[in-house]
Amino acid sequence: MIGLTHYLVLSAILFAIGLVGVMKRKNLLMLFFSTEILLNAVNIGFVAIGHYYGDLSGQMFAFFIIAVAASEIAVGLGLLVLWYKKTGSTDLDSLSMMKG
Amino acid sequence: MFEVIAFYTFSILTILMFGIVVLSKNALYAMSALAGGMIFISGFFFLLGAEFLGVVQIVVYSGAVMALYAFGMMFFDTTRDVKENIQYKKILYTLSVLSAVLIVIIMSAPLFSANIEAIYPSMVEGVGNTQMVGLVLFTKYLIPFELAAVMLLVAMISGILLVSKRMEMNLTEEDNYEEKGEII
Repeated sequence: MIGLTHYLVLSAILFAIGLVGVMKRKNLLMLFFSTEILLNAVNIGFVAIGHYYGDLSGQMFAFFIIAVAASEIAVGLGLLVLWYKKTGSTDLDSLSMMKG
Repeated sequence: MFEVIAFYTFSILTILMFGIVVLSKNALYAMSALAGGMIFISGFFFLLGAEFLGVVQIVVYSGAVMALYAFGMMFFDTTRDVKENIQYKKILYTLSVLSAVLIVIIMSAPLFSANIEAIYPSMVEGVGNTQMVGLVLFTKYLIPFELAAVMLLVAMISGILLVSKRMEMNLTEEDNYEEKGEII
């Protein structure tokens, strides 16, 4: 049968995929996609643990994570649109202005 | 038996979709794959008995968030492929594989010996998941709920303020500051 370990391993695999994306991506829009994957992987872990312990707190925290993700996107995309209007690129390297 | 088949199907599909998101060069493909992956994740929530969270996942993620992304992509040039110049490929791939293996081992190692079964399998007899969520959310988690509402309001105002064109003139000083006097 499917136990808690299965869900936690799946959550870890998805989190690792998100981490690879965060390390690999140079485009800021794609970087946002990778952070979404990270948040969703954590959500699966929370809900699975809450289910196997018979506690609803896991689902509550998943709700708040979804709210945080939604507001993160709203603010992040707004800033990204402003940056794109200013410089004409969504590349991560265009942000590095401090040359030492 | 049904649970096992559903779990493996959904996990394979989710991993495939998220793999496309991470590895694809086209922003539009990545966004569609992300929307698909979100819907498959809601399948896990239904399997775990969190029906309300599954519906919220579909509505918020593949509804609102994907619409926001699609709206944001109208500002950027998405038809051509995303060019990314990665300088240190060898270091990148070594770090990726190492961190992936490490995270999976850390998450799974202490739990393999004690595979936990549900201690209290059912919450209360005759009360559905949605009712239970409402009861807990409005008693135990009332203050975080209100704080989340205020946070969403702040995010909405900042989103409007940042993207709106009339207000952008007030935000940046260097361009058209002669028009600024008329607006204020």
